[in-house]
Amino acid sequence: MTKIIEPSKQSNIFRRPSSETGIWSWITTVDHKRIGIMYGYAAFFFLLIGGLEALVLRIQLSQPDNNFLTAAEYNAMFTMHGTTMIFLAIMPISAAFFNYLLPLQIGARDVAFPRLNALSFWIFIFGGAFLYSTFIFGTAGAPEGGYLAEEVGWLGSAPNGGWFGYQPNAGMKYSPGTAMDFWAIGLQILGIASLISAFNFITTIINMRTKGMRFMRMPVFVWMTFAVSFLLAFSLPIIAIALFYVTFDRKFGTSFFLVEGGGDPVLWQHLFWLFGHPEVYILILPAFGIVSEVLPTFSRKPLFGYAAIVFAGFGIAFIGFGVWAHHMFASAISPVAQAGFGLSTMVIAVPTGVKIFNWLGTIWGGKLKLNTPMLFSLGFIGMFVIGGLSGVTHSIVPADTQQTDTYYVVAHFHYVLFGGALFGIFSGLYYWFPKVWGKMYNESLGKIHFWLMMIGFNLTFGPMHWLGLQGQVRRTWVYAEETNLQFWNIVVTVGAFIIALSIIVFMINWIFSKRNGEKAPFDPWDARTIEWTIPSPTPVWNFSKAPEVRALDDFWHTKYTEDEEGRAVRREETDQILLDLEEEGLNPSEHIALPNPSYFPIVLASGLPLLGYAVIYKSIPLAFIGAVLLLIGGFGWGTEPLEEEIHEDSDE
Amino acid sequence: MSSSHAYPHEPTGVETRKLGFWVFLSTEILFFGTLITTFMIFKGSDFPGMKLTDVYDIPFTSISSFILLMSSLTMVLAHNALEANDQEKTRVWLLATAMLGAVFLAGQIYEFTEFYHKGFELSTNIFSSSFYVLTGFHGLHVFVGVVLLLALWGIGQRQKGLTLEGGMNLEFVALYWHFVDIVWIVLFTVVYLI
Repeated sequence: MTKIIEPSKQSNIFRRPSSETGIWSWITTVDHKRIGIMYGYAAFFFLLIGGLEALVLRIQLSQPDNNFLTAAEYNAMFTMHGTTMIFLAIMPISAAFFNYLLPLQIGARDVAFPRLNALSFWIFIFGGAFLYSTFIFGTAGAPEGGYLAEEVGWLGSAPNGGWFGYQPNAGMKYSPGTAMDFWAIGLQILGIASLISAFNFITTIINMRTKGMRFMRMPVFVWMTFAVSFLLAFSLPIIAIALFYVTFDRKFGTSFFLVEGGGDPVLWQHLFWLFGHPEVYILILPAFGIVSEVLPTFSRKPLFGYAAIVFAGFGIAFIGFGVWAHHMFASAISPVAQAGFGLSTMVIAVPTGVKIFNWLGTIWGGKLKLNTPMLFSLGFIGMFVIGGLSGVTHSIVPADTQQTDTYYVVAHFHYVLFGGALFGIFSGLYYWFPKVWGKMYNESLGKIHFWLMMIGFNLTFGPMHWLGLQGQVRRTWVYAEETNLQFWNIVVTVGAFIIALSIIVFMINWIFSKRNGEKAPFDPWDARTIEWTIPSPTPVWNFSKAPEVRALDDFWHTKYTEDEEGRAVRREETDQILLDLEEEGLNPSEHIALPNPSYFPIVLASGLPLLGYAVIYKSIPLAFIGAVLLLIGGFGWGTEPLEEEIHEDSDE
Repeated sequence: MSSSHAYPHEPTGVETRKLGFWVFLSTEILFFGTLITTFMIFKGSDFPGMKLTDVYDIPFTSISSFILLMSSLTMVLAHNALEANDQEKTRVWLLATAMLGAVFLAGQIYEFTEFYHKGFELSTNIFSSSFYVLTGFHGLHVFVGVVLLLALWGIGQRQKGLTLEGGMNLEFVALYWHFVDIVWIVLFTVVYLI
């Protein structure tokens, strides 16, 4: 049938991996689709862990003066919940979408650097494992005057200084032990993974577009990937250096962020949020992209104001670098800076508003099909507007000073990151499910999932707005009975368990549909973009022949034309075109060379956690082994060609 | 490589690997930018203990800076030689570049040791910390560059010799090396001269 090349038997230093199925084929794969799927499953695994941590927090807060958790355990749980959800769940699940879809949407056979792509994935896995190994190896001592050492326990032996690790609280004096070192170095490793993938995606989008795929014909999801990659490339170096400083402060006696040594704790806040605010857009822009794909498809209308949405996305990314200090209105920054950052925060609402109105314009007058992806996208718009509006309230400095570190802020960013990013992600998971697995998901279970999640989400995070305004303080493990906060806290906890239930429904749907779902046609949604012109599930070689793109929403124009009044009319020849496409997609007529699998990405990546442990335990042997692994990986990589010589199949 | 080249793309004119490498270098600017900014902030602040001006040796550092700059010249010569497909000259100039880089590194190690003996340690004060982390981070880059140059030199010993195609070839190492040099010009000015 196909003419995928077989790996040659040339004499390299190591033999080339050659299996096409089984565990080794996944470990050595450089196929963007397989890497995307692995990213997805790993991120979902961490999403479940982060969710469990949230449930533990909510059990503790369901009663006043509860003692389900000790203070030390509570600190560790909220720190790990935030860190996990941001760095190990939402960012990599977006990376899963980038990996799987980007080449398909621009008509490429793979990303620009397939082995680098595998390297980012494995560094992410090792980084996540390194961070979580804190539960085994980490120690969180008791600071002087703080909680007692015996209250720490194994649950408390995780990083406990909050996901933004404010100094000097996260320094050695107030967070003794090794737990915060695991945090600082773990994030460092995860940052390398994201940086590498940013190089890869930027290059892919600029250079791998198929014929006719001009910039202004790219799907919005590709544009948002482009914007996110730039945000990653320019914000991660800042946090990397700041984390270096933290590690030096903690391990080697410097005092970059410690007042007593002449350092500056507010500098940490600046560096962190200079990364941290672009990071917020790193989390939300992929969801913007997904929703911009789903809404036109299910409204059966073109996206309203394509160019405006694209430029608004880049506007957000650009202004996103100029608003960081609104996280610091309660810190020592001057009134001029407060006014300036308050203003820039209001300004960034403008391009965001442009997007919202464009989405509404897309739905307006459309023939809506309320399938699960569409429900999640509509839910996304509603929830994101609530979160966005409460965000604008933070630009009013006096109000923000009142809200800082209360549950109002917690409500705000969960509406943006859960109601926004995660709803968008679920929308995308259902939308592309048929393309990835070649099966249809169960629509009724999908809708049950949506409604349960919608109700659970609002019960969980809605009441936090007024709990915060009533004065419930964030990151505090108990509240007194006299504060009368109990009723809404119980509601919040019930809501959190409803979310957990909805996730179980989602998992059941996923597992059963993947195994026993109806066979999916290659274009189940009557969609608009070129990833739907190829068979479901996507063949290894993506496109049998490079597609040629003639317009924005090229696939739609292939299928439909307009009558005199501008209504879409299906072409007579459409059925035949679709049959031909399917036939061609399954049977490529030309020889296809794919990049060969490689061992070296995982070898190279495995050196990094060892270097991390070497810093924590100041161990020269560990550093040596880590460096040797890096060298072997790098040397093998450098001497191994991407594709072996091609051996023609005899049946050609 | 054959079939992937046949796969048509929208042309942009920049070769893919080179483009990726430029993106990488652009993020390096931010790495050094953050370090330099921090150094500048702390340089102006009050701190107890020794200053760099109490220990530094401008003539010595100027000479080692000059050596690093000269290595950019030998790097260009290596690149030119390879373009003329003169394998032997390429190897000679590559080795010369690596050696000059190594001399610079030795100078930095000597300088650090001298400072250390004069009591200017990593944790002496905020100024010494930012100095060592900033210049050390640059030194690490030079070290990686020397390793890459030596690796190229080693690969150049093969029958086939070096080419300007495939993998991490001489052109990328040269780009990296020049970048590290330019950063040092900025660092030398900011750290020692201003």
